Amino acid sequence: MSLTAQLPALQVVVPLLTAPLVVLLRTPGLSWAAATAASLTAFAIAVALAGQVLAGEVIHYEMGGWPAPFGISLNIDALGSLVLLLVTGASTLALVGGRDSLATEIEAGRRHLFYAAWLIVLAGLSGIAVTGDAFNVFVFMEISSLATYVLIAAGPDRRALTATFKYLIMGTIGATFYLIGVGMVYMMTGTLNFADMEVRLAEVTELRPIVVAAGFITVGLALKAAMFPLHVWLPGAYTHAPHMVTAFVAACSTKVAIYVLLRFDFFVFQNNLSQHDLHFASFLLPLALLGILVGSAVAMVESNLKRLLAHSSVAQIGYILLGASLISEAGITAAAAHMFNHALAKGAMFLAVAAFALRLSGVRLNDIAGVGRQMPLTFAALAVAGASLVGIPGTAGFVSKWLLLQAAFAQGTLGLVAVVVVVLSSLAAVVYVWRIIEAAYFCEPSAEVQAAREAPLPILAVLLLAAAANIYFGLVPAFPLSLAEMSATELLGGLQ
Amino acid sequence: MITVVFSVFLLTLLVITALGVVRAQNLFTAVMLTGIFSLLMAANFFVLDAADVALTEAAVGAGISTVLLLGALGLTPREERASGAKRWLALVVTALTTVVLLYATFEQPRLGDPQAPVHQHVAPWYLEKTPELVDIPNVVTAVLGSYRGYDTLGEVIVVLTAGIGVLFLLGLPGAVGDRPRDDIAKGRTYLSHHLVPQVVGRLVIPFILLFALYVQFHGEYGPGGGFQAGAIFAAAMILYALIEGEREALTVISPKLLIWMMAGGALLYGSVGLVTMALGGNFLDYNVLHSNPVAGQQWGIIVIELGVGITVAGVLLAIYHAFAARGH
Repeated sequence: MSLTAQLPALQVVVPLLTAPLVVLLRTPGLSWAAATAASLTAFAIAVALAGQVLAGEVIHYEMGGWPAPFGISLNIDALGSLVLLLVTGASTLALVGGRDSLATEIEAGRRHLFYAAWLIVLAGLSGIAVTGDAFNVFVFMEISSLATYVLIAAGPDRRALTATFKYLIMGTIGATFYLIGVGMVYMMTGTLNFADMEVRLAEVTELRPIVVAAGFITVGLALKAAMFPLHVWLPGAYTHAPHMVTAFVAACSTKVAIYVLLRFDFFVFQNNLSQHDLHFASFLLPLALLGILVGSAVAMVESNLKRLLAHSSVAQIGYILLGASLISEAGITAAAAHMFNHALAKGAMFLAVAAFALRLSGVRLNDIAGVGRQMPLTFAALAVAGASLVGIPGTAGFVSKWLLLQAAFAQGTLGLVAVVVVVLSSLAAVVYVWRIIEAAYFCEPSAEVQAAREAPLPILAVLLLAAAANIYFGLVPAFPLSLAEMSATELLGGLQ
Repeated sequence: MITVVFSVFLLTLLVITALGVVRAQNLFTAVMLTGIFSLLMAANFFVLDAADVALTEAAVGAGISTVLLLGALGLTPREERASGAKRWLALVVTALTTVVLLYATFEQPRLGDPQAPVHQHVAPWYLEKTPELVDIPNVVTAVLGSYRGYDTLGEVIVVLTAGIGVLFLLGLPGAVGDRPRDDIAKGRTYLSHHLVPQVVGRLVIPFILLFALYVQFHGEYGPGGGFQAGAIFAAAMILYALIEGEREALTVISPKLLIWMMAGGALLYGSVGLVTMALGGNFLDYNVLHSNPVAGQQWGIIVIELGVGITVAGVLLAIYHAFAARGH
């Protein structure tokens, strides 16, 4: 078999098998280099796969050479490929720029274990994005969750442990709900393969176990995706994790759960449960709107920079779910595009936070007062990413928000409510992003801030790259948009 | 009929035990009850003819987990701190979940119904094709090791991640973190004042080790395989540590070797996949390992099971030592 044909497997296998190697490499420098190399390779594979998907190829791979449904098959569709780009891209940027930041937060003697856990998160999230098997999703969800708990628990103070514990309990409940749902579908269909499930469900549709399974799967994944009101684990976990971990995890991990949610609900259930689209929309839409409002409101009054951005993430997850809950071509395109753009904006902002943290003792708004004049490049990148988060024209964030508004307008009265909520929360975003900029640029610097220098080169380079991507994809959005449109067509294809 | 009666009996005991765990204020009691819970669960699995799962549950759930929880208990107070808060919301959510689950049971296939969908689709293919394609009597091993070998690799990584997490947070003297080896018990052991366990323990350890090897290499024919064997092997070594002391146990299998076992088993498993790729097959396609595909399947399964066993034993022992060293 050619190397190209092996790419879907290598996407997961490269980080998965580099992880145990990193456990054995006990020097911090070597383990960082190995992890970064594996992550870069994974990113290159994701780019190659995205190229194949855009060229219209159907990517299918049979693990162990066994055909589905007897073995596990990998299927990479447009949305999966988009998610792969986010996961591997975020990991690579955070690793390349993160060496100094992680060195200050994690002691040398155990840093190799940290990098091993990082690679396992990367492999786990990628594994979910490529697989075509419902139980395989659970296995890789376990892998990525367990390793994420390790990364978050590595946070510098003891509050990281309580935040991790909360996340662990909630995350385990979410995974268990998903497993119960998959178990019930298996009981009624005898298969674990997504495509096969869709076919075989037609015979047992409307039976109670299937209806209940749809509920369990949706709620379990909503927990993992931090959908309001199941988001209570998120602010603590993002705040107390090491800064680079926050940049990595915030950019992609909730989006992977949303990806599975969409895949299950659109591919497997929509055709087989009568009025499932109506139930799905009426469950998701109000919660998405509430999440947008509550997340934005809390972010407006929060004074810890990381916690502020975390609450903003709750609102942004609301945008993505809002787009999906419209169940229209335009809505899903907007949701998929917003996954990509929010990852760019929020990833860049958390990278900027990590850069500040390298020079300052804290990241509360008081701590960063006046830092903009001492670290102008870092500040500029933060401002660009902030503009993208608000949705100012010319940035990536604007593109998907505009699509979302258009999709909502097309829905009539209910859509107007959504439009009002989106506009309100955008105003809120202006407020909270402005609070950061005001603190960082217009406030009087403390003695510590006056002594601060610009962040070290690797993190600065990565940060500027991420900020530039926010502008580039705002001006030339063709690449993410065509993947997003393909995703919408594929997901809605199940509805005809 | 007798199966149903047994199942109802065991499940009733299971519910009572679960309530006992929740209600227990003394953590030692709670840990003991979770051990009983797992043993009952294992019996349940066995009644349902899932011997492989039963063996795993008994070895890992009732055996090793209980020991690890006891190790953790050495670091915490014995009594649960009374919490004044009445958790009504939690109670409501739990009750609702129960009702929904009960609702779902009404239209599920009858227990053991041969017409049930699970017995009509993939399972018959496994039963029919395994003798021809893999040629081992235990179909469960064929499913776990070959048809769904990728999932099993994932599970090995889950176990490895658990080990990485515990070592990252607690450290392992002599391997991870900078604590010196002298930190660990100096001659004192948990069982040093108890003559009977010492004598009996020394007598049975060789047999437990032998049994672990049997379960490891007999998995193709009977219930068993790497997960169970690794757990049983770790159990024997933990018993050794309890009798002879931490230092002795860490001399037999040094912390450095433990780390190599943890990572090495997973690497061994993964490298089988890489070899099959290099030979022109898909990842974990054992057919290409040998000119005769069936022999290739058997070789593949034996090697990956060995990888599973090594990682599981290494991780469980490392976790145990991390807790035990912390307790002194």
